[in-house]
Amino acid sequence: MAIDRAEAARIAELARLHVPGAELDRLAVELSKVLEFAATLNQLELSDEPLTAFAPAAAALRADEPDGRTFDAETALANAPEAEGGFFLVPPVVEDLEP
Amino acid sequence: MTAVETWQKSARAIAADVRAGRLTAAAAAAAGFEGPAARWEREVHAVLSTDADARARAAAKAPTSARLAGVPVLLKDNLCTVDHPTTCGSRILGHWRSPYDATVVRRLREVGAVVVGKGNMDEFAMGSSTEFSAFGPTRNPYDLARVPGGSSGGPAAAVAYGLVPLALGSDTGGSVRQPAAFCGVLGLKPTYGRLSRYGLVAFGSSLDQVGIFARHVGDVAEAYEVLAGDDPFDASMREGVAPDVSTWDAGVKGLRFGWPANLWRAGVDGAIVTALETAAGHLERAGATRVPFEFLPGTFAVATYYLLATAEASSNLARFDGVRYGRRASADELTALYARTRGEGFGPEVRRRILLGTYALSAGYHDEFYLKAQRARTRIVREYAAAFARCDVMLMPATPTLAFALGEKTDDPLAMYLSDVFTIGANLAGIPGLSVPMGLAGGLPVGVQLLGPADAEPVLLRAARALEAEGRTGDMTKGYEREFAWPGKR
Repeated sequence: MAIDRAEAARIAELARLHVPGAELDRLAVELSKVLEFAATLNQLELSDEPLTAFAPAAAALRADEPDGRTFDAETALANAPEAEGGFFLVPPVVEDLEP
Repeated sequence: MTAVETWQKSARAIAADVRAGRLTAAAAAAAGFEGPAARWEREVHAVLSTDADARARAAAKAPTSARLAGVPVLLKDNLCTVDHPTTCGSRILGHWRSPYDATVVRRLREVGAVVVGKGNMDEFAMGSSTEFSAFGPTRNPYDLARVPGGSSGGPAAAVAYGLVPLALGSDTGGSVRQPAAFCGVLGLKPTYGRLSRYGLVAFGSSLDQVGIFARHVGDVAEAYEVLAGDDPFDASMREGVAPDVSTWDAGVKGLRFGWPANLWRAGVDGAIVTALETAAGHLERAGATRVPFEFLPGTFAVATYYLLATAEASSNLARFDGVRYGRRASADELTALYARTRGEGFGPEVRRRILLGTYALSAGYHDEFYLKAQRARTRIVREYAAAFARCDVMLMPATPTLAFALGEKTDDPLAMYLSDVFTIGANLAGIPGLSVPMGLAGGLPVGVQLLGPADAEPVLLRAARALEAEGRTGDMTKGYEREFAWPGKR
């Protein structure tokens, strides 16, 4: 099996996604199944294939002028779960700032 | 003979009535909601949000001399609208209200279309049955025990049962073409970069396209003309002028259609194989030529897709973290706030795909999975290019089966993924695809699919029109227009 319970927990932490412990085993099985299926790509000879680039050939450029369509702070904050004084409010990121 | 009622009419017929003053935009917008559809909707559940006031306000603002004047449109709920919530079929967005309209929505409104509501979908467009909506599944209008397909199941079902003549969805791996086939309507996935994605909530950015549902080929062409075109707010737009689809009724004389019969030699429902033969016969009698060849099996595309699309999704969905919008879980520390918000807000399929994509991109596995899939994608792009050197369109199944039962695949992610085996290739190659209804088998819609090279939308529409003109594609609509009976209720 490509992914065990510990690996599933590690991926969930990387993804900043809380998964209840009871679900980890099932997720490990499901993800392993999909990865085993994905291994069918090994049947194709791909070493000479370049990577796909899906951006337009040349980036579209325009004149560097503001076009007026912009949001003020009030609109941008209208959907915020918590906001204060024109800012998004979050729990402390850095602690013990006292010298 | 009973006169055809407004809710049964094509988008173009409704617009013509409104322009001529025979019908008001308000009455056109209300028609579906006052007709039999209002009753059917309670069982089908195609719509996530709508309200009579918003419909009336939108109708009052609609220009009445424009090309889609008064045409009611349902939008998949991942297209941003200022006058309806946008949920993406998820709980994580809470009561989010977009401060802007998606470009495709703005374009529709400018030509008189009336947004009547938002359609159900698998959460963040991840699913093939609309069962992964956080707000309950949509049911197939032809058989309420079956799924409408997905992820754009709500818009597809609504067009099928006559709530609206026109709807928009999004197609990342078949999410317009597969539900169109399951619901017996037309579903177009345009060429990558032809329709703006500004205001479409991103899933897999190298794959996503806005798509069109309608019951008439002429309506698909009309909507495509309105929607295709440049947008300075979407940096991924395709260069050059969008193809002219006004030739949709020009016939298929001299057209070469590819016939990759190895793809349906096994594992495809007999009714679909029969429909392919019927469609091929119609095209040949209309002057087209069949070009048989072998094509790379779709399972490779599925394997490629579920590495790339999930990798892109894991990145795109990082923005849903409880900080700027949507719901927020309580936590006294920032990392815990992210993890709990996402754990509580995302449903099972979205969680699975985020984790799969995170794994495919993570240190140590990036080369083995993500980069290998990128190389496989190049191979698939070349495979299509080689096919289109020999033919103008490919005729193939849209799906391996007819609409499956609710609950049949929800516990087996891989089985669900494989229901996209015929649609995913077009997204990987960035080419257009059109799902075309071919009548009913055992009471269920049967669809076939047309694929073409980039910018081949006019050719796809011409071929679809040739099939429609044979009368097969209009069976369902005509059937219930004539009998005035709900097919799902027989």
